[in-house]
Amino acid sequence: MSKTVEITKEADQFLKKIEELSGEKITSCIQCGICSGSCPMINEMDLTPAQSMSKTQLGQEEELLDSKSIWICASCFNCKVRCPRDLDLAKVAEALRQVVLRKAVDKINIDAISPEEMMELPQIALVAACRRLTN
Amino acid sequence: MAMKLPYYPGCTLKTKAKNFETSTLAVAKELDIELVELPKWNCCGAVSSIVTDDLMHQLAPARNFVRVLEMNKSGIVDNEYRLVALCSMCYNTLKRTNLLLKNDHEKLKTINDFMYLEEDYNNEVEVVHFLEILRDIGFDKVKEKVKVDLSSLKIAPYYGCLLLRPKEIAIDNTEDPRIESDLLDSLGVKPIDNPFKKMCCGAHQTVQDKYAVARNTYTIVSGAIKAGAEAIITSCPLCAFNLDNRQREAKELYPDFEGVPILYFTQVMGLAFGVPEEELGFDLNYNDPRPLLREKNILK
Repeated sequence: MSKTVEITKEADQFLKKIEELSGEKITSCIQCGICSGSCPMINEMDLTPAQSMSKTQLGQEEELLDSKSIWICASCFNCKVRCPRDLDLAKVAEALRQVVLRKAVDKINIDAISPEEMMELPQIALVAACRRLTN
Repeated sequence: MAMKLPYYPGCTLKTKAKNFETSTLAVAKELDIELVELPKWNCCGAVSSIVTDDLMHQLAPARNFVRVLEMNKSGIVDNEYRLVALCSMCYNTLKRTNLLLKNDHEKLKTINDFMYLEEDYNNEVEVVHFLEILRDIGFDKVKEKVKVDLSSLKIAPYYGCLLLRPKEIAIDNTEDPRIESDLLDSLGVKPIDNPFKKMCCGAHQTVQDKYAVARNTYTIVSGAIKAGAEAIITSCPLCAFNLDNRQREAKELYPDFEGVPILYFTQVMGLAFGVPEEELGFDLNYNDPRPLLREKNILK
């Protein structure tokens, strides 16, 4: 039995926005799954990288922006170097994060880090976390 | 005459990873390389800006390239436009901006217009990692400087992400890198192949979820131990923190887990070259490597 997925105008606009921000032709993803198989953080994710790509193609904004996965991706580029369509999923994840962060949202609260932890963490961890997870 | 190269330290090499800097400067001296710190360097941004409309964050790396031009102009270095990075994150961030500006003249122009008080930058600089400098001068030259027998040490190279990915900035083969094991070979150390040598440590996730990182630490460090390693080398202060300090959280999650020391590759070079222990700064390594080194009669 065939199933029809209707892509609304809003969904299409969302896809276009992510394609523009990431610079990636997301519709060329063939869902081969090598990204999910290469991801070192997949055990921590609610959507696999391949699922995130599929949902972006379909413009499922809410599910993507509410997912844990986009905040777990550490931009290691393992998926990117292996993608047979040469897609950069780290850029797609960053584009999805930016859609949220640019509404003046912070995903980490630096004030909640204890002074002991703050003293122990190297600066690059804090700078990188602020760059990727705060607006 | 010593080869004089512009050198970008970055923030963490001045504090938590001071031992990475002191050990590097010491081994470079042995190899007749003078790493000259960039005057007035600024933060590289730690991570590369990877969305299309965010040119602003390419500015910090670009400003450091202008400092290299100034060094040449004032004669601190002589016609030397290679900028040496040590920290893998700095290397990656500087190199990606370097390539972006080489390939996009419009963006280069926008950056130059914005930095109108600085000298114009016209893609003179090439960003290189210290490991590439060692490979260029030849590992046989490194071998000539070895004074201390380290043949009893079994060490696993760890590359992580930022020296290898994405491909256009890779210092070696992305899927099968050898540069660190070639270096260990030249130092007389037995390199141990860890199947998880290219796996991400979790990077900045260590700030928001240290146990997620500890699970990666467990996989990477256990992989090295199972292959027979007694220590692991890295060139990234964030990988070092995650693989070293997060062994504490890994032990909470996996009570049977036994860690190994995590060293900067230049600390091992320093041991082989007979550099004084104070310059290798083992007191900054979270899991103290000195008991292992004493057991092997490498340290007194």
